[in-house]
Amino acid sequence: MDFLRPAGWEEALAAKAEHPTAVPIAGGTDVMVEINFDHRRPEYLLDLTRVAELAEWEATDRTVRLGAGVPYTRIIEELRTELPGLALAAHTVGSPQIRNRGTVGGNLGAASPAGDAHPALLAAGAEVEVASVRGTRRIPVEEFFTGVKRHVLEPDELIRAVHIRRADGPQQFSKVGTRNAMVIAVCAFAVALHPRTRTVRTGIGSAAPTPVRAREAEEFLGAALDEGGFWDSGAPLDPSVVRRFVELCAGACRPIDDVRGTAAYRRHAVGVMARRTLGWTWEAYREGEGRTAQCA
Amino acid sequence: MRVNMTVNGRPYEADDVWEGESLLYVLRERLGLPGSKNACEQGECGSCTVRLDGVPVCACLVAAGQAEGSEVVTVEGLADHARQRSGEAAGAVCPGEPEEGHPGTPGTTRHPEPTRPGQVAPLAPVQQAFIDAGAVQCGFCTPGLLVTADELLERNPDPSDADIREALSGNLCRCTGYEKILDAVRLAAARTGEAV
Repeated sequence: MDFLRPAGWEEALAAKAEHPTAVPIAGGTDVMVEINFDHRRPEYLLDLTRVAELAEWEATDRTVRLGAGVPYTRIIEELRTELPGLALAAHTVGSPQIRNRGTVGGNLGAASPAGDAHPALLAAGAEVEVASVRGTRRIPVEEFFTGVKRHVLEPDELIRAVHIRRADGPQQFSKVGTRNAMVIAVCAFAVALHPRTRTVRTGIGSAAPTPVRAREAEEFLGAALDEGGFWDSGAPLDPSVVRRFVELCAGACRPIDDVRGTAAYRRHAVGVMARRTLGWTWEAYREGEGRTAQCA
Repeated sequence: MRVNMTVNGRPYEADDVWEGESLLYVLRERLGLPGSKNACEQGECGSCTVRLDGVPVCACLVAAGQAEGSEVVTVEGLADHARQRSGEAAGAVCPGEPEEGHPGTPGTTRHPEPTRPGQVAPLAPVQQAFIDAGAVQCGFCTPGLLVTADELLERNPDPSDADIREALSGNLCRCTGYEKILDAVRLAAARTGEAV
């Protein structure tokens, strides 16, 4: 095994081009487990922790460009306002020690259907910036995952950053597990209200081969909110609307039975989380968070 | 490969390190510092918790090469680390005055010499509190808990119970039922508060 230690981004891309089998390592919270248990013996490890720009984030008017190497702890501490859904999800990752090392870039690279960041990214709206010596491209996060632990990256590409839409309304994240800490999701759900575009987006984790959006549910709720004038009135949601949204979210799952839970349980739990998180976000919206001033 | 790092204030050099080796393995098997414990090797148990450039991490999930050039504090250096911290705090209150009751000449207060091998180090407040509260049973989880708890108190000298529970959520103990560990952290916080 060789340990490649690029000092900058260009050097990292050159190393990946020269050694396409190199396994990138940042926080090590996934990669080191595989090496410790001898599940993986890569020819090259490509350490990205020395590439300083990966650990930076910058906010513009509409988006946050989150460097692939920013650890979860800093997302929780520094980006709670801009990215509330992702900050909530980050808070459910592992333990403090894991959050001090683990990164969203690593979560995407591992592409586990249970990755905690993924539902929040799907709900907020995000694009993954990947690069190689051949150039840079941006991939909508819903097109990034291709299967269980599989993604669209070419062998010479590395994840540089994630461009995430800044919250313009309330966001929530919910996760089912056997305890609060050190838990891989049985299933997870994220919802984001986007009052500026009058849309609702969702993300479901660990209930399909990849993280997915419940698109039908989003479209149904968006139309119901629009037609009923709810964005302007801030009125309580009609229970029948909530019920239909919940059904459609559960219906968007394609879960399996495994050691953590059954398919039926996951589908049910996603529905419960959809109802609760929609309730929380809509309450927050009604109370004025993210809503422009109403007419007197 | 060769890996250089500073552990508990002393420079170390490890040779013939395998590229897939963890920082934990280097500490325990190459540098003769077996205080950090090896249990789950997957970041679940926290018994290998060390400070890497100040940040609590699971040493089993840090590749040795990633620790090149870094500053590591393990449980073996916790007493010195705490002593140095209280020296700095004292220095901030009475600048220029050496702290009383400490060995060494004036001017070494802020950066006390690390304890030499073979010398019995005084305990960090959190270590003494673990003993006094009966928070140690088999002791396997203790080094990780001590490093984690010490960092919590450094960051937050007066933590709520919720703060303590969250900070220690990545450290498993199979003996104590955690109650006495929580007591110990409260005790250490109370004592540190009194001292200031």
